Amino acid sequence: MIIKNRAIVEDDWTVLRLNEQESAENVTVAAGKVIVPLKVWLAQRDALQQRAEIGVWFASDERPEDLKGDVQKFSVIAVDFPKFSDGRGYSTAYNLRARLGYTGELRAIGDVLRDQLFYMQRVGFDTFAPRPDRKIEDVLKGLTDFSEVYQTSFDQKLPLFRRVQRKGNSPAGLGQ
Amino acid sequence: MYRYDEYDQQIVDERVRQYRDQVRRRLSGELTEEEFLPLRLQNGLYMQIHAYMLRIAVPYGFISSGQMRMFAHIARKYDRGYGHFTTRQNIQFNWLKLEDTPDILADLASVEMHAIQTSGNCVRNITSDEYAGVAQDEVVDPRPYAEILRQWSTFHPEFAYLPRKFKIAISGGKEDRAAIYAHDIGLSVTKSAQGEIGFRVLVGGGLGRTPVIGNEICEFVPWQHILTYVESILRIYNQYGRRDNKYKARIKILVKALGIDEFKRQVEADWADLKDGSGALTAEEVSRVAGFFSDPAYETLTDHDSQLNEFKADSRSFSNWVLRNVKPHRVPGYVIVVLSLKKPGSVPGDATAEQMETIADLADRYSFGEVRITHKQNLVLADVRQKDLIRLWQDATAYELTSPNIGLLTDMISCPGAEFCTLANARSIPLAKLIAERFEDMDFQHDIGEIAVNISGCVNACGQHHIGNIGITGVEKKDHDEWYQVSLGGAEGNNSSIGKIIGPSFTFNQVPEVIDRLLQVYLRERLEAESFIETVRRIGHTPFKEYVYATDLDVPEEETVDKHVVMPAQYSVPFYSPRF
Repeated sequence: MIIKNRAIVEDDWTVLRLNEQESAENVTVAAGKVIVPLKVWLAQRDALQQRAEIGVWFASDERPEDLKGDVQKFSVIAVDFPKFSDGRGYSTAYNLRARLGYTGELRAIGDVLRDQLFYMQRVGFDTFAPRPDRKIEDVLKGLTDFSEVYQTSFDQKLPLFRRVQRKGNSPAGLGQ
Repeated sequence: MYRYDEYDQQIVDERVRQYRDQVRRRLSGELTEEEFLPLRLQNGLYMQIHAYMLRIAVPYGFISSGQMRMFAHIARKYDRGYGHFTTRQNIQFNWLKLEDTPDILADLASVEMHAIQTSGNCVRNITSDEYAGVAQDEVVDPRPYAEILRQWSTFHPEFAYLPRKFKIAISGGKEDRAAIYAHDIGLSVTKSAQGEIGFRVLVGGGLGRTPVIGNEICEFVPWQHILTYVESILRIYNQYGRRDNKYKARIKILVKALGIDEFKRQVEADWADLKDGSGALTAEEVSRVAGFFSDPAYETLTDHDSQLNEFKADSRSFSNWVLRNVKPHRVPGYVIVVLSLKKPGSVPGDATAEQMETIADLADRYSFGEVRITHKQNLVLADVRQKDLIRLWQDATAYELTSPNIGLLTDMISCPGAEFCTLANARSIPLAKLIAERFEDMDFQHDIGEIAVNISGCVNACGQHHIGNIGITGVEKKDHDEWYQVSLGGAEGNNSSIGKIIGPSFTFNQVPEVIDRLLQVYLRERLEAESFIETVRRIGHTPFKEYVYATDLDVPEEETVDKHVVMPAQYSVPFYSPRF
């Protein structure tokens, strides 16, 4: 089960993670809907791009620019959080959306927990695969921690001060 | 000062609710300590040796009297009757229970305060000039921009899990009073030759293990673009800052590794397509926020006051106080008053609940109900009528807030040290007390003049020892005893410099003697009207070093002390400890 567009849904994608014996060049990508590591995509691009549906995932130290013109080829792009405290994936997501113009499904995978979900959706993630030991109903609640935000990100193109009429100073308001 | 509108209030209220649920999940075991740690840190909650410590954000050091009274309330209700003002213009409470912290945050939210991002690997509280808006040398009032940056950085979704903490300081005077050279980003708001407002941007400054003076990344960023420029700096740092070694994770290491030119190139490439987008600041927003910092209702007064001069002639302690603790104001007939939290024998930066209430009353009576916290851990009443000085001095003296020592030897910066902090190698506060007692004589201190003595219990430099004229650092040795390194020649402000270690380290009791020897060299060598740091810069370190190490420092040592035990004379036992 995953969270997609703010709902809990079934998921039929598999994430391919290489084990120590496998290399990007020699690994066999199973048939069906597979999200492959960026390295595998780069090594087996010619074969993989023949598939009807393919996904790719970024490790936290990989940069979306490496996909170059390929972003729109994917049904899913995922960003891996090896630990929730590794925040590089937030900028990866932002750059994929805002800089490379990716419009498909953007999925957070790895150490994905409730208390980071609000931030993740703001930088452009629309799909979340929570860590399997967590109750997904509980993780879902993280999306609604706040109902207002100050600054722009991918989800919100206008800062609060351009979106609403904010109150100025009234002389009576000073001092207590 | 800035007041919340419904949006600010809603965000802070929702934060309280979110945090309350996080604490509930921690207490029920749904969250492991490892998972809870960054969450509580982003709310300023540390687990210290004896109890939880909560650091509350005081945006750029400004609070109202009502907010100060809330600190007194928190000190009494949840703590042991006192709080500690920090070098980043915040306040910390040291003796809290985890279960109480959601209620404390709710109390704070009721007076438009919070503890958001006062710790953790995120953008911290924005600090600024404690004399902003009233300083005679001010070019542009930095406060509206500090508030705009505060809002921009609050819960920024992309920069909540940076490689390491991130500190921004902003100053608007000719003289830098916000230590902008010692911050991850230092901003100096200024005017171009054409009168346009903008920012000189420094990056990669910082203290800690690797002290670095910030580099200029851009000479002038027009005001409209400051948010996006800062955003691009953070985006490059978030992606490329080191995460493999926490001691090499600050932005200064990245800037050094890339070189400032390459770092600037990357930042400006990122910035190019943000610059003129919707993230740019609007004149309406600057003017809305600036409206909160417009002048209070100043009276038309003059600077001449014969009564004051008479009283100064009569009272040496009053005239000393005026000399050190009263600063010129840009409006005639008004002055800036610094209330000292450095009475010899007290803990630098500590204030009791009673003192907090007194300060709130003084602010209401004499300074339009506002107080400022300084980065040297004192408090400022920024808008005092000169003719009220005598009464203010009398009122404040009753609560031990008028030590005439601002900028002098006993106006030391000190971190909490090993009594409280799990990182420290050595005690800081008792050493500060020992030094203060040794040099208590006011005439001697006034003779020595301007000097900054900064004490940190370890290399993390919370006591900013690198930029002390004399810096003292607790260091670890194999025997686990307390040892202190002494450095010389550090300074903050426009001529910031990093101090250099003078030689082998010293014991607790030797440190005052070392300071005494350094001062003797200064007294011997100084030219007329030359400050300590000026003499050090003119004659170099050698004469100081030679004299300090010339003969044995024959100082009796105390019996072995447990450096983690807080001296019971100051704080009542028993200790509540979450560690055991």
